[in-house]
Amino acid sequence: MRFLSLAGALLATIGLIYLFDSRQVLPAPLGQLLSPQHGIWQNAEPVNASFNEELSFPGLAGEVNVYIDDRLVPHVFAAREEDAYFVQGFLHAKFRLWQMEFQTHAAAGRLSEILGEGPDSRILQYDRSMRRLGMVYAAEKSVREMEKSPESKRQYEAYANGVNAYIEQLPVSQLPIEYKLLGYYPEKWSPMKTALFLKYMSYDLAGGEDDLEFTNARDNLSGMDFEKLFYYLADSLKPIVPNTAETPYPAAAAMDLTPPASADSLYFSFRNDSITITNPDKPNRENGSNNWAVAGSKTKSGRPILSNDPHLGLNLPSLWFEMQITTPEFSAYGATFPGSPNVIIGFNENISFGFTNAGRDVKDYYEVTYQDASRSAYLYNGEWTPTEKRVEIIRVKGQPALIDTVVYTDWGPVMYDEHFRVNGEKIRNLAVRWKAHDASNDGLAFYGLNHAKNYDEYLAAIKNLTCPGQNCIFASRSGDIAIWQQGEFPAKWRRQGDFIMPGSDSSYRWKGMIPQSENPHMVNPSRGYVSSANQLSVDGSYPYYTGNVFPVYRGYIINRMLDSMQQIIPGDMMRMQVDNYNVKAEFARDILLRTNPSDLDENARKYLDMFRNWDLRSDVGSEGATVFELWWQALQTAIWEDEFEKIGLPLPWPQEYALVESLMRDSAYSFTDNIKTPEKETLENMLALALNTATDSLDKLSAEGRLAWEKAKDTRVKHLLKVIDPFSRHHLPIGGGKGMINATNSEHGPSWRMVVHMTDGIEAYGIYPGGQSGNPGSKYYDNFMDDWAAGKYNRLWLMKEEERKDSRIKWTMQFRSS
Amino acid sequence: MKLIVSILLTALLSFALSLYLPWWIIAVAAFAVAAAIHQAPWKAFLSGFLALFLLWTIMAWWISAANNNILAEKISMVILKKDNPVMLMLVTGLIGGLVAGFAALSGSLARKL
Repeated sequence: MRFLSLAGALLATIGLIYLFDSRQVLPAPLGQLLSPQHGIWQNAEPVNASFNEELSFPGLAGEVNVYIDDRLVPHVFAAREEDAYFVQGFLHAKFRLWQMEFQTHAAAGRLSEILGEGPDSRILQYDRSMRRLGMVYAAEKSVREMEKSPESKRQYEAYANGVNAYIEQLPVSQLPIEYKLLGYYPEKWSPMKTALFLKYMSYDLAGGEDDLEFTNARDNLSGMDFEKLFYYLADSLKPIVPNTAETPYPAAAAMDLTPPASADSLYFSFRNDSITITNPDKPNRENGSNNWAVAGSKTKSGRPILSNDPHLGLNLPSLWFEMQITTPEFSAYGATFPGSPNVIIGFNENISFGFTNAGRDVKDYYEVTYQDASRSAYLYNGEWTPTEKRVEIIRVKGQPALIDTVVYTDWGPVMYDEHFRVNGEKIRNLAVRWKAHDASNDGLAFYGLNHAKNYDEYLAAIKNLTCPGQNCIFASRSGDIAIWQQGEFPAKWRRQGDFIMPGSDSSYRWKGMIPQSENPHMVNPSRGYVSSANQLSVDGSYPYYTGNVFPVYRGYIINRMLDSMQQIIPGDMMRMQVDNYNVKAEFARDILLRTNPSDLDENARKYLDMFRNWDLRSDVGSEGATVFELWWQALQTAIWEDEFEKIGLPLPWPQEYALVESLMRDSAYSFTDNIKTPEKETLENMLALALNTATDSLDKLSAEGRLAWEKAKDTRVKHLLKVIDPFSRHHLPIGGGKGMINATNSEHGPSWRMVVHMTDGIEAYGIYPGGQSGNPGSKYYDNFMDDWAAGKYNRLWLMKEEERKDSRIKWTMQFRSS
Repeated sequence: MKLIVSILLTALLSFALSLYLPWWIIAVAAFAVAAAIHQAPWKAFLSGFLALFLLWTIMAWWISAANNNILAEKISMVILKKDNPVMLMLVTGLIGGLVAGFAALSGSLARKL
């Protein structure tokens, strides 16, 4: 009897331990998670926590002092450069370890390993798409390239050593909370992981195209309709670099850009079974940015001012981490990428630098024909050419691993084939030629910029940037301003690569790379400013084809504002960055006001009045802005959807300017008529129809009290895991949106705003939507968020070491060699 | 008296062992104390339960107070689906208490064998 009770009690004890230690019964190991000495309580950082520390590592050569200010920004002072990068790695890991590793897992297609295959296998599908795109293959190549440069090798290794020094001394109880919740541990860091992170940025910024959708459009539309819907030279285009006597384009291409002889029959009218499935995992189309620099001739102080705000997916922990790195050689401050050494967007004592995405199409598809089912040879210039195979092992949490064999051709990996389909019925083998597969050491660009003292050194630095192509903006204390669209860009004939190309014919290869000196650029122009906002960098007179999808309105309004500004002070630039003037609405207004009120429902008339009285600013509180956005969306749908539905295949959606400009040119726009009805609809019919349709949604929003623009748009910044809502910030009151300088969409927008006045000592301002700590249990997790939404800035302080007694410095970390 | 000594000893031993060992070491602590200090089985259970319920609840409360409940608010939303830090502290205590209670009960019964 006694024995039985003991057995029962023991069993209950062990059962409870099992229950609270595993994920088999409950979804989470509650004992492990809630034990105050092990679990999540350990991540609840005291609000008055001290960050003072004295540390010693054998990996350090000398002393490093880190002064941490009241916003938790570390100012690193190192006597030796490698030590500075060691400490940068250590600090990135200390504040952002989970995110750093998660992002590299995402780049390497390893998310299923920690998250499982996901609903409808979505996560596994994403991992496969990254493997098949050759992300790991590309990162391996860039590691080999990086190792050829002694300074890069030293830098990346020092950084990795710093990250690992942090991981090694990290007790399990102090693991970032996401590891605890998901139940895994950090791996050792390596230069490969940094390379993966940088490839992820290439993917995000230079991995976008709609070539397969454009191929469908070409196959199913007449040539005239195609050009009408998808023209790329917008009427309102203000190219980054206009073709003027001051900045002339090259007169002719450096190589022969005649399309292949067979292009007319095989490429432009190449008809084939269309693509029926699109890849859901594509970089966000809104990835873009603004940057501009004004010369001393336009500023009150006579010194240049540089502004930059990169628009990316908004997440917590933020993509950016603010810090200063100072060595005897240089002193740089700005936004850094946890996962990579260097300051990425920022300034030093002499120059400032920033980026917007070039958006050039550097990723094309070639259709290959295999000799047989073994896929070991493909047809190339009439011969069977051997392929190579790379076996990708994708581990899946709670399931057996998935083994995926990816075939590599001379073009690149065959991303789509019978195992990863783009067509439900027919097998299409599509190889991808992507610039990011070419070996390069792009990190050197940032290393060089951190050290650069003048225009020449800036130019030498950015020449290392091959992919992703960027509009690199520059201003110096000595008064120079410049912009270069920099990258290694393929020299293409018109519309080359917009559609799938034949992979059996070498004449469809890229005809080489555009010489660097012919990249669009502008140095100290007489207009007194340089700017970019992802618009086409050049107009049609540039001898090379640069791609087909570019926004125009932000670039247009930035230049209009800068043209008229004089006596500029930093405050003007900050106001401009958060400006919500909707220039597209300015163009669209006259078209929309042609609506005949008698064609409208009663409620719709109310919205028409709201629109008529709107000041064209999509500010917080604006209801007219909501009416405009929904009405315009409904109008686009009313005008195009009938033709698109008839084709019934994935198609690209025309660009933001296509409808405004087409209707301004010709109110009898041929797509206006609804082809599904026997009547011939006019523009006036469609305007009224669209507003009546939008009225349903507007009424619904109004009933929910969400008619004000910021409520309708509902900007949020989600935790990277997307599913842990309490770690995210919702309902941020912020205006702006697509086509406005303040390009804040619902989950996407200015991820870092920076204004740098090139005075002696540097007067700079900046902010990002997040906080320095990646720990959701820290008060520094999201403490910049409200100020960011309100359009406020923090003063950025390029500290000198003799200022260490300044009241802004709250803590000191001392690193010593042991 | 034995009850109070058991509670204190169990809490102390659990705290010390948890500094180095996984969370379930609290079961070993509660078992050992119950086996060492003779009590009726129900009293042993009660001392084990109370020791860890109090230890864990108070520690959670102490940590969370210093944190202004920033994290507890979020985690209670995740685990309990409501913003209630106090409830999260009590759940924390309950889990520790249950494990330690049954372990102490086992310890007491083992001694009787």
